[in-house]
Amino acid sequence: MSDVEFAEVTRLQQERNALAAGKKGSKTFDPANQRTDASTKASLTDINFDTDLYDRGGVDKYAGYNTSIAVADEDEEMADADGDGGRRLVGQYTATKAQMDEFARGGAEEEDILLGREKQAQIQSRESDYQKRRYERSLAPTMADPFAADGQTNGQADGKTYREVLAESELDKEEQRVLKLIAEKKANGEDGVVENEATLKKADSADTTLNGDDSKADAAVGRKRKKRWDMSTEGSGEDGVKEEATSKRSRWDSAPAPDGEVNSKRSRWDSAPAPDGEVGSKRNRWDQAPTLGGATPAVNSGLDTPIHPSQAVTTGFGTDISSRNAPLSDEELDQMLPGSAEGYNVLDPPPGYEPIRPAARRLTTAPTPAAAAQGYGGGFMMQEPESARSLGKQLPTEIPGVGDLQFFKAEDMSYFGKLVDGADENELSMEELRERKIMRLLLKVKNGTPPMRKTALRQLTDNARQFGAGPLFNQILPLLMEKTLEDQERHLLTKVVDRCLFKLDALCRPWAKRLLVVIEPMLISSDFYERVEGREIIASLSRAVGLATMLAAIRSEIDSSDEYVRNTTARALAVVASALGIPALLPFLKAVCRSKKSWHARHTGVKVIQQIPILMGCAILPHLRALVECISDCLNDEQQKVRTVTSLAIAALAEAANPYGIESFDDILNPLWTGARKQRGKGLAGFLKAVGYIIPLMDEEYANYYCTQIISIVLREAASPDEEMKKVVLKVLSQCANTNGVTATFLKERVLPEFFKCFWNRRMALDKRNYRSVVDTSVDIAQKVGAGEVTERIVSHLKDESEAYRKMTAETLEKVIASQGAADIDARLEERLIDGMLFAFAEQAVEDAILLNSFATIVNALGVRCHPYLMQVSSAILWRLNNKSPTVRQQAADLISRIAPVLKQCNEDAILGKLSTALYEYLGEEYPEVLGSILGALRSIVTVVGVGSMQPPLKDLIPRITPILRNRHEKVQENAVDLLGRAADRGPESVNAREWMRIVFELLDLLKAHKKGIRRAANNTFGYIAKAIGPSDVLATLLNNLRVQERQSRVCTAVAIGIVAESCAPFTVLPAVMNEYRQQDLNVRNGVLKSLSFLFEYIGEMAKDYAFACIDLLSDGLTDRDQVHRQTSASVVKHIALGVVGLGCEDAMEHLLNLLLPNIYETSPHVIDRVIEAIDAIRLAIGPGKLMGYIWHGLFHSARKVRHPYWRVYNMAYVQQADAMVPYYPIIKEEGLARDELAIVI
Amino acid sequence: MADKLRAQQQLEQLQARYVGTGHADTTKFEWTSNIQRDSYASYIGHPPLLHYMSIGMGEPKEKVRLRMIEKMIQPVGKPPEVQD
Repeated sequence: MSDVEFAEVTRLQQERNALAAGKKGSKTFDPANQRTDASTKASLTDINFDTDLYDRGGVDKYAGYNTSIAVADEDEEMADADGDGGRRLVGQYTATKAQMDEFARGGAEEEDILLGREKQAQIQSRESDYQKRRYERSLAPTMADPFAADGQTNGQADGKTYREVLAESELDKEEQRVLKLIAEKKANGEDGVVENEATLKKADSADTTLNGDDSKADAAVGRKRKKRWDMSTEGSGEDGVKEEATSKRSRWDSAPAPDGEVNSKRSRWDSAPAPDGEVGSKRNRWDQAPTLGGATPAVNSGLDTPIHPSQAVTTGFGTDISSRNAPLSDEELDQMLPGSAEGYNVLDPPPGYEPIRPAARRLTTAPTPAAAAQGYGGGFMMQEPESARSLGKQLPTEIPGVGDLQFFKAEDMSYFGKLVDGADENELSMEELRERKIMRLLLKVKNGTPPMRKTALRQLTDNARQFGAGPLFNQILPLLMEKTLEDQERHLLTKVVDRCLFKLDALCRPWAKRLLVVIEPMLISSDFYERVEGREIIASLSRAVGLATMLAAIRSEIDSSDEYVRNTTARALAVVASALGIPALLPFLKAVCRSKKSWHARHTGVKVIQQIPILMGCAILPHLRALVECISDCLNDEQQKVRTVTSLAIAALAEAANPYGIESFDDILNPLWTGARKQRGKGLAGFLKAVGYIIPLMDEEYANYYCTQIISIVLREAASPDEEMKKVVLKVLSQCANTNGVTATFLKERVLPEFFKCFWNRRMALDKRNYRSVVDTSVDIAQKVGAGEVTERIVSHLKDESEAYRKMTAETLEKVIASQGAADIDARLEERLIDGMLFAFAEQAVEDAILLNSFATIVNALGVRCHPYLMQVSSAILWRLNNKSPTVRQQAADLISRIAPVLKQCNEDAILGKLSTALYEYLGEEYPEVLGSILGALRSIVTVVGVGSMQPPLKDLIPRITPILRNRHEKVQENAVDLLGRAADRGPESVNAREWMRIVFELLDLLKAHKKGIRRAANNTFGYIAKAIGPSDVLATLLNNLRVQERQSRVCTAVAIGIVAESCAPFTVLPAVMNEYRQQDLNVRNGVLKSLSFLFEYIGEMAKDYAFACIDLLSDGLTDRDQVHRQTSASVVKHIALGVVGLGCEDAMEHLLNLLLPNIYETSPHVIDRVIEAIDAIRLAIGPGKLMGYIWHGLFHSARKVRHPYWRVYNMAYVQQADAMVPYYPIIKEEGLARDELAIVI
Repeated sequence: MADKLRAQQQLEQLQARYVGTGHADTTKFEWTSNIQRDSYASYIGHPPLLHYMSIGMGEPKEKVRLRMIEKMIQPVGKPPEVQD
């Protein structure tokens, strides 16, 4: 180790020690976490406080950690490998990039996102760094509309033409390039000066070297890694700059340089503080993220609407002191000062006193000088917490002319502040008035209550053309770019945009590009619905403005140097293709994919073609050949990234086309194939993926050939440590296994050994996505080679010490055995399998469904073969049933209900008895989930052993269950009711009538349960019990129940009466019910009608025997004064009429129709609905001819109120029985209207 | 209010699906045209009925059928002039 290195290491150690010392309770400002530890006196803005003493300034405490998390797609510009080399004292171990990606993106699964949504409503809090880059983009300028008549933007003469835009983007690119060059030059240039001196010394030291004073010279000069004899020292003296620029130097060279940022290849931390974002020649996005200048800074100047102040001005952390200087609220004063309880009074302010309050919130708080001095332009900023005080007191709750809003955020003030400035509307110009009108409507849509929102949205859309595109989008787009936007707000705003687009149509043309900039980021959101929303808007935009405008808007971004811009642009273009059709876009895509100017353009073009099949699925089939032709040349592109994305595009196309379209891929098969052989590393993964997706399209013979060919490459890559490659290999393997031509022997001999060696290890089980694909691939392979083969190989992993690995094994076994059965498993294997399962089941630390399912599936698949092991299984279950943890108990009970049928199959009644006795003892369980499972287990045991031979006899079991019915948990209720129903159905005699009556009353409550399953189970059980103990007792209590006041319970009683009538024949119930109608109490009579309604609904066709009996009662009901009464009667009529269709009760129905028809003029929605339904039902019973006789005269009545309901009836009839109505249409004698054909008689 | 709006939407939906349905503002012309069209469609749709009619008219069945189809275009004459 040379002196320099030694010095470096010592310095690092000192820094680290200082850091550690500073962490523990020193009172100084710590730049690392931006907090003073205890003192409240230290100025937040004074960073240099004591820092020299503790030597903290300029130390990056994260040195050596991997601080940036890659979040982009495959093609990212990371230079990690060489970017942060060295500087470590010890080796650092971190998670793989893929694992970190998973957390950065929240995985691809939607559930995670929903979870995240609950946690935070703001969109940006869920976004990854990559997605947040959208805030860097500036709103593009409007463009001139070449299609408009006057050649100008509609009403805006200052729009840019396409030529100007392109020129600007060229200029922009050129600027980027020059900046990059300058940065490089600067870095090298400084070096060059140093090096020049150094080389001069070096020339001297060439002599001193002879004296053996080498090390000293090295320390001063900087050592070159490659000292070659043929390199003349004079040469390096002459063109030292040039040489240094090209040769790779050790980082130690520049170590003594004070500022530490001279390396041309620097750690990303060196350049972090530079505010203007023009530092590193090779930047990664960690550097870029915070710069506010944006990736496309040049466009800024061209804006005709400047960026909104809330975006442009950022206040540094801790510099906004307005909230601290805000006046104290009354509540706070109450807390601080003694109140009336202590004898103090709050005096009213003297008349005429006006407190001076500052403006609600200063729009542009001048940054305090300290912040500016530190260059906070792009530094770390803390989101300012919204204190309750600033929200509660300073923000207006009501905006004049808008009304009560649901909420009003601090940020809204900067957009809608104009509405509260109290300007006199009479003095404003038309333009300003219009602006305010739009503002008000937007605020209503964004923050208003649902009805407000609805009317405001309608007004916005209806008046969109009058408002004009400019004023509308000028306000909407900055709102959409707001950082604190929440999902709901964005959803509403995009809805506004969508409607406006539809109305404005071609008027949007100048705004196309700006809209795209705002909407495109939605396409890469992790939220599915957001992506869909974004797609919809871009699709309607492209329909509104047409292809040419869209292309003009997008064209300049296709070869942008910013990967983020290209990515979003590609997705947007794919949406345009799906909206306007692929053929329209093909010529353009073809040109882009063959662009000679820049590989960026080719890359984007291919990416568009990759996105199209993802969006459109098999709809690409008609254009498949053309699409493939577009990208075929790119397979041999000189740029690695283009090749990779091309292969991915081919994979996507093939996946969407499956199982058709192999002929379209003919041309590229060869290059693809050779590519797959030639490539290595990341490129190979894409090629393999493409081949893997094309193979299933081939016919058997070819597929077989290609499979055997590719398998060798795939197996070679199986051992690759790259996660992406692993996933591709698994995918290709499962596709090969699914191909018809591949034989089981081939798989067994060639694939299986390698597959199990590379993928069946603990590491694969730890990553969720790898886990999934290993399981899927194993199942696919097992389909070919048989369950036994796979089981044999993995069964021993059930006893592995890693839980995730055991679970992976168990899940694979479950899927394999569920699909293939257990016939393939021999006696020895069966033993190992059960043994392993028992072990895995007993050893699980976290109980979840996987092991339960797999155990149950395996036991059920083995059937009687399980017999020898059942004793063991049941004792394991019994033991776990007694466990302390509720989830363990629940799982054990669930397992019982799953394997009860097998126990019966094996004639293990003794075990069943033992289990059910144990379960019976645990009925006192306090956790409802567990109790529900225990009841479920008991139920399945009752089902298999039968009511008679149930182990705790039913007369003991049922009384224990009756009180459980009162449990409010749905799972408990459902299982308990089901169990009782079974008992009442099969063995009603086992319990005495009194007990059943008790149960009946408990059941009444369950009839109004929320869950339909419970209601149905309760209904059935009710019927069984009524049948078991006879209707009379039950009915008497039910009729009494009709008198109670509570509506809910009357409804349930009515339902119960209907059930009793159905299960015990109507004649046992109807007389008693009708007798009850004689009561004066309206509630009771109504209840009677209601129960009749349910009764007739349940008994269906049996109604024909009882219809006539009910006519008098119904006549009374239909002519009652009370509306509700008539409504309920109408629903009785409906159910009777539907029951008696075609059964000879037409006269009765016609009579009821006569009574019903006057009710057609009811206006209350419920009443009129029931009446119309009843008339419809009667139409079915007496036929349309007779009914329409009642209707014709009302259709053209002079009063609209009359016509309206009659047309309603007519429409229903027309929809259902149009053909049957033809003979009954009225005869009209006028010219041309007669239907003489009907008069023909032969 | 909301109910009315919903009823309106339902009606519009119904009318988009079934041309023959009407509403309080249906004119006589619209209604009678629909009746005529439905009638012809019904005759043609029941071949025995069509057969019977053709015998009664003394013309070939196919001719009757074609004539009926042609009559479905403006079955009750030209639409009345719109005056406003």
